Amino acid sequence: MSGTASVKTFFLSRKDVVCILILAVVIMVVFPLAFDNFRLNLVGKYITYAFVAVGLVMCWGDAGILSLGQGIFFGIGGYAMAMFLKLEASSPENTKIQSTPGIPDFMDWNQLTALPWFWQPFHSFTFTVFAVVAVPALLALVIGLAMFKRRVGGTYFAIITQAFAAILTILIIGQQGYTGGVNGMTDLRTLMGWDIRTDHAKYVLYFISCLLLIGCVVFAYWVRASKLGRILVAMRDKEDRVRFSGYDVADFKVFVFCLAAAFAAIGGAMFTLQVGFMSPSFVGIIPSIEFVILCAVGGRTSVLGAVYGALLVNFAKTTLSESFPQLWLLGLGALFIAVVVLFPDGLAGLYRTWIDPRIDRLLGRAKPEITGSIPPAELTETTR
Amino acid sequence: MNAAPTASNTDFLLSVEGLTVSFDGFKAVDDLSLYVDRNEIRVIIGPNGAGKTTVLDLICGRTKATAGSIKFEQTELTTMKEHQIVRAGVGRKFQNPSIYEDLTVFENLEISYPKGRSVFGALMFQRDATVRARVMEIAETVFLQDHLNLRAEYLSHGQKQWLEIGMLLIQDPALLMLDEPVAGMSVAERKKTAELLQRIIQNRSVLVIEHDMGFVEDIAHKVTVLHQGKVIAEGSMAHVKQDPRVIEVYLGH
Repeated sequence: MSGTASVKTFFLSRKDVVCILILAVVIMVVFPLAFDNFRLNLVGKYITYAFVAVGLVMCWGDAGILSLGQGIFFGIGGYAMAMFLKLEASSPENTKIQSTPGIPDFMDWNQLTALPWFWQPFHSFTFTVFAVVAVPALLALVIGLAMFKRRVGGTYFAIITQAFAAILTILIIGQQGYTGGVNGMTDLRTLMGWDIRTDHAKYVLYFISCLLLIGCVVFAYWVRASKLGRILVAMRDKEDRVRFSGYDVADFKVFVFCLAAAFAAIGGAMFTLQVGFMSPSFVGIIPSIEFVILCAVGGRTSVLGAVYGALLVNFAKTTLSESFPQLWLLGLGALFIAVVVLFPDGLAGLYRTWIDPRIDRLLGRAKPEITGSIPPAELTETTR
Repeated sequence: MNAAPTASNTDFLLSVEGLTVSFDGFKAVDDLSLYVDRNEIRVIIGPNGAGKTTVLDLICGRTKATAGSIKFEQTELTTMKEHQIVRAGVGRKFQNPSIYEDLTVFENLEISYPKGRSVFGALMFQRDATVRARVMEIAETVFLQDHLNLRAEYLSHGQKQWLEIGMLLIQDPALLMLDEPVAGMSVAERKKTAELLQRIIQNRSVLVIEHDMGFVEDIAHKVTVLHQGKVIAEGSMAHVKQDPRVIEVYLGH
């Protein structure tokens, strides 16, 4: 009888559709109308962080795998895009004053005389788009297999991802001739002949980011609505029970880690396009932890919460650091502590407790039969 | 890895031979042999620390054997991974109710449904009429048909135990291993569980660890008494009860 009520024919409920549409309207109609080009470009940057936060919701919030190294994937995605753009900006005409024309300027400064082999494929845009997603996902696959098949998890996993983030930063800074070093890849100009530095281009790229984000959000909803989504939650709760129900737990962890990596990488690529450069400061430990904070503030079990969290925290960051630059880090720390101590489910938790029931009442809807809404007192009669 | 499996092929559903596991030199299970027939209910009893739970851990792959062999339907289990052992037909219930508190009763059972166990399979899994009917059927068996949409954390202790039994049943294992299924239950729940077990043991073998002697007498076909990792007596309950060593180490107090 009541069992059929939980059956969904489509993976998005009407409420989900409304909430996603509201997000789409906010970022694609309200923001463009409310902000000037400079501010909108900033928002576009925040949007790219939201990709990482959505991935973290699935990886950390659902599956309980805390990765303190999402900057790795954001960075690799961003660097892959930057490599393509840098090659295009380093045409022989543009670089004829160099001792070796036709290679990126930082290579020339570092006495490289030919383009390294791993740079060659980035002449192709198709390859670049593929690499943006595939390289980070592949790295996540390798890290994931190495860790999860050996049942490394929890804090150890978090520390190891953090170590990888540090290693990658050191590698990028150290290999200046191949990566642009600590300055990163700057002076990116055109995407297949289209000047990405103009206001118009930034405007267009903003909307592309928004659409991609909505796409990732919908994909995340689809995965979470599948049985795999419930297995992730089950794993967070009772890993052994899942294992002894016939599932190879490591496979599922690897999958969600790769998915989070792919989301982060798409964000990274869009970041490079909108901001016009990529540097190691978006790869290492600090950005990786900031991503986790975005996700925690928004609500680590809510995809949309994480998106709003990413936007709000970064609005606050920009506003505060414009007025009180030295206070921001303290503010961020305080925010994180407040979230952990006072509202562990973040903004989404506050919404669920305070606002959602009121909306339901306002619309005259009785609380639908939602999982867990029945207080325990009402079901005791059947146990005796 | 392990010593080469040596158990002979027998008609038994489960044959454990020479099973030994030592933790830092302490032998929790010591050269243990055990044969379980098809459709047999075997109860393992013994004092605390006798190695009962360890035996179940070894069979389901949670602990790796130091030596010896476990054959299930002629398949060697000691070299298999946990999920492979489950897929081969061995179900395990843990001592404390081990269920997914954040999911509903329906979802708990659905996850245990033996389809879509790969990553891709789970993504594409459809909650079709067959699945729903099977979940309903099992929910009724374990007295939870009215709580399908309830988050499992709100169930009573006894209901959680039943849910976990249901999660095993839906996999239809050939061998069901239960670790103290009535521990912490009220008298009424205990009675209901005994009924439940009598019903679900049809067409399968069951290996039960239990301390409740009344309950053991109700259900056991055969009883194995463990003490310090070794079998000290085996046979019908009436036979085991007479054994002076059993009385000394276990039943006496």
